[in-house]
Amino acid sequence: MTEADDQAISNQDAPHNRDPDRREFLNEMLAVCGAAAPVFFGIVRVPVQTDEYDASDHHYGMGIDVNKCIGCGRCVQACTIENDVPEEPHFTNTWVERYIIKTDGEVMVDSPDAGMHGFPRTGDEGAILKTFFVPKLCNHCEEAPCVQVCPVGATFTTEDGVVLVDEEYCIGCRYCIQACPYGARYLHPEKHVAGKCTFCYHRLVEGLVPACVEVCPTQARIFGAVEGRPTPLAQFMRFNTIQVLKPHLNTQPKVFYANLDGEVR
Amino acid sequence: MQGYMYPNEFELQWSLLIVLYPYITGLVAGAFILASLERVFNVKEVQPTYRLALLTALAFMLVATLPLLAHLGHPERSYEIFMTPNRKSAMAMFGFVYAWYLMVVLLVEIWFDYRKDMVQWYRESAGLKRWFYYALTLGATDTSADALKFDDKWGRWITIIGIPSAFLLHGYVGFIFGSIKANPWWSSVLMPVVFLFSAIVSGIALVLVLYMLTTMFRWRKIDMVCLEKLAQFLFYALIVDFSLESLDFIHRLYEAEESIGILSQMIESRLFISLIVLQVLMGTIIPLVMLGLTSSALHKGGFLRVAPELRQLIYLTCAVMIQIGIFSIRWNVVIGGQLFSKSLRGLTVYKVELLGIEGLAVTIGLLCLPLVILWVLVKILPPWTDQETPTTSQATA
Repeated sequence: MTEADDQAISNQDAPHNRDPDRREFLNEMLAVCGAAAPVFFGIVRVPVQTDEYDASDHHYGMGIDVNKCIGCGRCVQACTIENDVPEEPHFTNTWVERYIIKTDGEVMVDSPDAGMHGFPRTGDEGAILKTFFVPKLCNHCEEAPCVQVCPVGATFTTEDGVVLVDEEYCIGCRYCIQACPYGARYLHPEKHVAGKCTFCYHRLVEGLVPACVEVCPTQARIFGAVEGRPTPLAQFMRFNTIQVLKPHLNTQPKVFYANLDGEVR
Repeated sequence: MQGYMYPNEFELQWSLLIVLYPYITGLVAGAFILASLERVFNVKEVQPTYRLALLTALAFMLVATLPLLAHLGHPERSYEIFMTPNRKSAMAMFGFVYAWYLMVVLLVEIWFDYRKDMVQWYRESAGLKRWFYYALTLGATDTSADALKFDDKWGRWITIIGIPSAFLLHGYVGFIFGSIKANPWWSSVLMPVVFLFSAIVSGIALVLVLYMLTTMFRWRKIDMVCLEKLAQFLFYALIVDFSLESLDFIHRLYEAEESIGILSQMIESRLFISLIVLQVLMGTIIPLVMLGLTSSALHKGGFLRVAPELRQLIYLTCAVMIQIGIFSIRWNVVIGGQLFSKSLRGLTVYKVELLGIEGLAVTIGLLCLPLVILWVLVKILPPWTDQETPTTSQATA
């Protein structure tokens, strides 16, 4: 038995008296692994400086695991900081809804400040059957009604499947806002053009994931290519029963939900 | 607010100005269709209103785009609708439909109809006025029998083209709303047809009011045969309009899709006054009963024999009530369609602001503007059939 082994045994005997050097080492290792894990599991893509971004290589979508969302609102905060989202309330690219289904069947939904600062306690927990959080955002529909109705073509779908607005071109008629079944658009109060989630397109072209996905502490949001590659999203869609919002409207959304309750609209 | 709205739904996107847009285009289409009754369908009784109806259509047409422009986030980019229209967009066609109707239908028809008179005014006038009317004739001063026959023939053809164009103009406005599948209050295949018939109703009612008022203020005698015919057509159009609206309502109620709960709540609370009271009761049922009893629509001479003066008053009242009803229809469509959440879980409120670009003051201004334009048009192109030169003393009447 070596000295080190002895040290180990003695440390096992005295768990509160660990070698500080070793603890530091383990902490460092943990930090490195923690940082590397998202990369390893493909959740975060490390930017590849050498490759120029080719939109035709991708077709993006997002997965949302309702069971994993804890309603912390970090995604909404990150989106607001990352993108030019107006600071006033009632303009948002993404939001979190809280559903409270009571034992008598009554459904209560709220999203104070788009869920950005979390949710207040309900008060009458006794009567609650179940409660859950649902993150929402633009569904980047394959058959996007907003793209269809834009009179000047300022709203368009990129080759990689992201619905964007050309701010230099939008005339601010708001027809797209009316046509969106999901309430995902607004008129930017300063720019006077339509505003919406871009999947953080400026990050995508750098090989990064959207801000909301990056900050989600529970990995409730999963981002990647919808098809054709073994991406995290493809894996998520393979191993979960997937639903989309308002499928009867045939907009073919590309935000895919797992464990979605029938009450969510 | 009541229930849950999506965060982005708190602000109503289309306000009072957008209520004006279908209201005004409806008046344009309706007034034109009334004019076509005389020209194409040979309803000679309404001949005194023919030119007035055309000028009314033109006056309102000139204003129709203003509420839209005022509402745009970037009005300076509006020309892009013409330059790079998205062919899949219902709204992109607006510019073309509008231009077609204004340039090809209204202006050309008015020109053919007035050419003979314009030549005459050009010949009778002197100085600047003479050149003004000469400019209006576009240099075509031939008033031979052949030339007038040509005018008549082409004016008639333009009207024939104009009828489907008027249908297109307002049916198209209905389609802009009816094709939005995201909105259960709007999404209806009946929407363009309902819009169209309500447009006809509003156009006839407006011309009836304008005809009566202009005749009274010119101290002329109202042509009762013409008025009777107008009231009759108003009644028929209103019946069709009400039937279509009822069909739409019953269809929704019977199908009872998932939106029925929130829409019922909306009608019972937010739209009770504007829909049940103003649109249905005041704007439709009461005028229908009054017109049905007093006009010749159902029974020659009317079921109730009333003195012509009282009858005039009844028709005028009906027409004004119908106007309020039609404005309420536009309000209920445009504003109603935004008062409930697309989550179908909540209702919001709309408060009309007094001042500001989308406020009540601008709206009233935009409603008065066509009347001012009409006044100018009537001065330039007098439409009266009972007196060719309206400038002579009123005392002779």
